[in-house]
Amino acid sequence: MITIVDYNAGNLRSVKRACDAVGIEAVFTQDADQVARAERLIFPGVGHAKTAMDTLERTGLADAVRHVVKRGAPVLGICVGAQLVLESSEEGPTPGLGFLSGRTRLLKVDDPRLKIPHMGWNSVRVERPHPLLAHLQPGDELYFVHSYYLEPSEAQHVYATTEHGARFCCALGRDNLFATQFHPEKSGPIGLALLASFARWDGKSC
Amino acid sequence: MLSKRVIACLDVRDGKLAKSVKFVDTKDIGDPVEKAKQYYADGLDELVFYDITASSEKRNIMLNVVEHVAAQIFIPFSVGGGVRSVEDASRLRLAGAEKVNVNTAAVQDPELIARCAQAIGSQSTVLSMDVLRVDPSSSTPSGYEIVIHGGRTHTGRDALAWALEAQQLGAGEIVVNSIDADGTREGYEIKLTRMIADAVRIPVIASGGAGKPEHLYEVLTEGHADAALVASMVHYGDYTVTGLKEYLAGRGVKIRKAVH
Repeated sequence: MITIVDYNAGNLRSVKRACDAVGIEAVFTQDADQVARAERLIFPGVGHAKTAMDTLERTGLADAVRHVVKRGAPVLGICVGAQLVLESSEEGPTPGLGFLSGRTRLLKVDDPRLKIPHMGWNSVRVERPHPLLAHLQPGDELYFVHSYYLEPSEAQHVYATTEHGARFCCALGRDNLFATQFHPEKSGPIGLALLASFARWDGKSC
Repeated sequence: MLSKRVIACLDVRDGKLAKSVKFVDTKDIGDPVEKAKQYYADGLDELVFYDITASSEKRNIMLNVVEHVAAQIFIPFSVGGGVRSVEDASRLRLAGAEKVNVNTAAVQDPELIARCAQAIGSQSTVLSMDVLRVDPSSSTPSGYEIVIHGGRTHTGRDALAWALEAQQLGAGEIVVNSIDADGTREGYEIKLTRMIADAVRIPVIASGGAGKPEHLYEVLTEGHADAALVASMVHYGDYTVTGLKEYLAGRGVKIRKAVH
């Protein structure tokens, strides 16, 4: 059973529908106690990082997510949910949950032909093997929509990168925590396969 | 590097698929949910549904279509047609649409774009504009005018100025639909698309006029579009989404591989 953290983050219904489609039992909840007890957790997010973080702190959901990460249950962050696993975000600015060192920064591109937000399908390069990325083939593309990018300070936390103006991290993690800037729930069969892997994942990074 | 996107547009009237030619003579050509599933299986990058239902009492049928599509296809899709308020936009988002297109109502009340961006985010707020070629004038210096109500009403508003204003107000993407090219199958309006794409920093989707694979190639290269919208080309089975993407990839355009 997967618990999806519900904090008005926009895309949680899409995440739930995607889980339904691959036969994964998933529920979403705003209840901090229920989140804290989760067997495995998806922490989604769309929108403004500071607004999201403020909501999480105010509702007690931030502490619940911290608790789940600490006790070792598998946790998957998506988009803003991934950005908030770092120490801070320039969007606000706001502190993040700080599970991994590093920050989320505003995406700037010099080439006027490159658009912001980084919206659409982009190739993802796996930088180190991870069970949740094992099905990706070189050149496989996933769906992105964001204006801020992940900048973890330790290379060992970077599992995949993509390129838009510059190359940046698009999947990061440590131990039982994994998080993606791209949206598996909107990335077709490849994205659904990632969610299916998450439902089976034992929470070990390799 | 981002791939260029191939987007299929499904015009939906009373819950059924329709396709217009120059916005008149619409005829039903099937079930939108089935078409959506077929295109998804063919490797489509994104979908757009345009609700052309005339009567407001039948609009809930569209929410039903959106829910069915959202449960079965897992690529981004947007919905437009008759979106007049933040409430309309939020309902479509909740039903499962990734993005919401505003058109006529935004021209009449530009702040609608800002309100939608605030409520559902810029990334989900798409401005769709219907554009007619005109003689350049003081009100339309670019030589392109915005028309509304499905192309029937002139506004005297300049297309380029409107695109820039929409970006400023918080639109996350712009669909540029050429009324002159729509339904002709003679190719996109390259000059118009390029003018808008070069002027804004947000992605531009070219719409209207696709009839041959070459047309997509032209608008994605020469036209500087980030995405190309197709409709009748694929709806009637003349071309497949997979075939179009293979053609574009073969000509060196970066395209997401169709997944089988």
